[in-house]
Amino acid sequence: MTKFVRSLAAAAVVAMAPVAYAETTVRVAYDADPVSLDPHEQLSGGTLQLSHMVFDPLVRWTQDLQFEPRLAESWEQIDGTTMRFKLRSGVTFHSGNPLTANDVDWTFDRLKQSDDFKGIFAPFTDVEVVDDMTFDLKTSEPYPLVLHTATYIFPMDSAFYSGTTADGKEKAEVVKHGDSFASRNVSGTGPFIVSEREQGVRVVFDRYADYWDSESGGNVDKIVLSPIKEDPTRVAALLSGDVDFIAPVPPTDLKRVEEAEGVDLITMPGTRIITFQMNQERVEAFKDARVRKAIDYAVNNAGIVDRIMRGFGTVGGQASPSGYLGYSEEFAPRFDLEKAKALMAEAGYADGFSITMMAPNNRYVNDDKIAQAVASMLAQINIKVDLQTMPKAQYWPAFDERAADMMMIGWHADTEDSANFHQFLTACPDDATGNGQYNSGNYCNEEADKLMNEANAETDPAKRAELLQKLEGILYEEAAFIPLHWQNLAWGAKSGMNAAEIVNALNFPYFGDLVVETGS
Amino acid sequence: MFAYLAKRVIQAIAVMFVISLIAFAIQGNLGDPLRELVGQSVSEEVRQQLRDELGLNDSFVTQYLRFAGNALQGDLGTSYFFKEPALDVILKKLPATLELVFGATLIIVGLSVPLGVYTAIKPNSILSRIIMGLSIIGISIPVFLTAILMIFVFSVEFGWLPSYGRGDTVQVWGYWQTNFATADGWLHIILPSIALASIMLPLFVRLIRAEMMEVLQSEYVKYAKAKGINPWRIYFVHALKNTLLPVITVGGVQIGTMVAYTILTETVFQWPGMGFMFLEAVNRVDTPLIVAYLIVVGFIFVVTNTIVDLIYGLVNPTVNIARMGA
Repeated sequence: MTKFVRSLAAAAVVAMAPVAYAETTVRVAYDADPVSLDPHEQLSGGTLQLSHMVFDPLVRWTQDLQFEPRLAESWEQIDGTTMRFKLRSGVTFHSGNPLTANDVDWTFDRLKQSDDFKGIFAPFTDVEVVDDMTFDLKTSEPYPLVLHTATYIFPMDSAFYSGTTADGKEKAEVVKHGDSFASRNVSGTGPFIVSEREQGVRVVFDRYADYWDSESGGNVDKIVLSPIKEDPTRVAALLSGDVDFIAPVPPTDLKRVEEAEGVDLITMPGTRIITFQMNQERVEAFKDARVRKAIDYAVNNAGIVDRIMRGFGTVGGQASPSGYLGYSEEFAPRFDLEKAKALMAEAGYADGFSITMMAPNNRYVNDDKIAQAVASMLAQINIKVDLQTMPKAQYWPAFDERAADMMMIGWHADTEDSANFHQFLTACPDDATGNGQYNSGNYCNEEADKLMNEANAETDPAKRAELLQKLEGILYEEAAFIPLHWQNLAWGAKSGMNAAEIVNALNFPYFGDLVVETGS
Repeated sequence: MFAYLAKRVIQAIAVMFVISLIAFAIQGNLGDPLRELVGQSVSEEVRQQLRDELGLNDSFVTQYLRFAGNALQGDLGTSYFFKEPALDVILKKLPATLELVFGATLIIVGLSVPLGVYTAIKPNSILSRIIMGLSIIGISIPVFLTAILMIFVFSVEFGWLPSYGRGDTVQVWGYWQTNFATADGWLHIILPSIALASIMLPLFVRLIRAEMMEVLQSEYVKYAKAKGINPWRIYFVHALKNTLLPVITVGGVQIGTMVAYTILTETVFQWPGMGFMFLEAVNRVDTPLIVAYLIVVGFIFVVTNTIVDLIYGLVNPTVNIARMGA
């Protein structure tokens, strides 16, 4: 009997051993996990990170912000308002259903119903199915950002999401809060299948055996994603080898991760700009462009990046980061205390004035420290600042009320385009269009708005760049807001993972393409 | 006796009512949950519509009455983040917290008695001075700092113990998954348990020491010594028995407050228990979950206090007479 058990155990070990060794697992720790498995429930970094693992977009961004075909194999402009896409053949969903143009059409209709996404898709009218593998994406006006927007179309398995659940609810329903079929079940075309999920604790992804992209060298069989919110714990988990990949690496630990053996630090300039807005309705002096400029001259944003951000930011003089159409080197960061004082005197405010300032203390990297630094810099041109910082949960309602004279806001353009910054941050506030929704400065310049509208109807990239740079130029000249810096991105990874190949400025790593060196 | 029981139960209900009212009242000051629920470019109009759907625009009284009515039927609302009944979320997280508290209790009980007794018997030895010195440090360093220091020493530098999470757990019953069934689970619970114990352990060492020293001065110990009884028998059988009575009374109360310290410990170690969940819920403005947590924790305290009072009343009738007079 014992002999039998022993040989059985031996057989089991032999049978299991190859399986255990062949599998390449990558353990990932982010500071948060996706709120839902429904890709249309919330427009956030977490959702997009998930979408790139479980779904595939029609096109996606490369590291140098170019477009790369994914589920769409090719595309061409048919007329001013129509872009024709050809789908890749032989793509199947995790359920086994083949991908067709009907799935794209279905997904587009669902996006139009999603509160978070419908804003991005507002210029788009329809998807017209030409044949199984071809569809037209139509806009109401000529629109330059068709491909930008196509990066947000992750075709969903229309057959899988159609019909009703056991308790009679529509499977396709997009529910913002509460329980829905799509928030718990998922079928995409992506490189990974969600095999296990405990929200806030762990998500396990298994490689999809029939993944279409056989050219990709991606060799990861399993990804275990754990949210680790505490910065020191996340870094410790990487350094101790409990996880293989972390994001973000907090600025305080950059050096530590860089110097540690066996792990690599990967950094890249991001596209989120951190700014201050000056409320012209609350403070008379802010109506004077010379005062706004004086503030811009008084703020040493290079110093902030150097000291407070520990070099981990890219000093900005405008909203658009390098690589965007509106970016121009001409709009260099300003800092000159003497000039600032002169401008204040010229505007008749040599003796200065008092203002209130608000900033969050847990939203952006070092946000409260940055605000303190700016407040003390303004003291040098006799502007006395009464600063209040608060957690983001309390900050956003205050921001909506425009509760202080100067308020901090960071912005990342969902469209990865310069016009988006203007639309939300500096355009004349307009409830009907939603323009200027985050313009707590109440800055308003009709000419700038006109340039934005023109740019949004211009499909020639060269002409568009000209319009957008002109727009940025006006904002720069007028000191419409105080640009500080673009936050950099940082990832930590075990050496030999080739993680630098799959990260990008948008911060959704392409894990499907990750090639981990095995046997090392 | 029955009148006393009824009185205590009515008091408990009144306390629960006040707790629910306070828990519910603070939710208006937590911030706007919509900001955590929707993307940045969603229009104010859509937000307003969602607020209507969530019932956030109703008056406080309407909202509270709706909440209280549901709560009486065991429904404490649905968590925005987990999309599940808040009570279920909490019950799922409860075992992780209880196991952590259990681990810390083991450490406290296992170490405080020998250390306390030793420092009482040999108050002037070098080892005693070291123990007392360490206990001062233990009390004064905040839990989260102890926790982070331990992670960097034992996980990063030596690589002995895992830095976060629960590791492999084994399903036992219902929502209960245990750490104590696998080696990996044991390894994961060591650091968090020590961190959680780090505040209470010094407290108990000092308490046992003080009680023990007092007992050692008493007549019966001196008499036992004079009779020539083995000193170890005196210390651990005669003296310790009398030392532990007050310690156990205090301990019962302290284990309750340990639940509060789990918030810090669990956050640092990303321990998926109730405390970590609560702090996350505050960050996400997941109001139903926050309110439910406060009510559940309040309920646990009210029930234990009531039971303790009732047992006191049974054991010592003078207590309840004195209380009823008060």
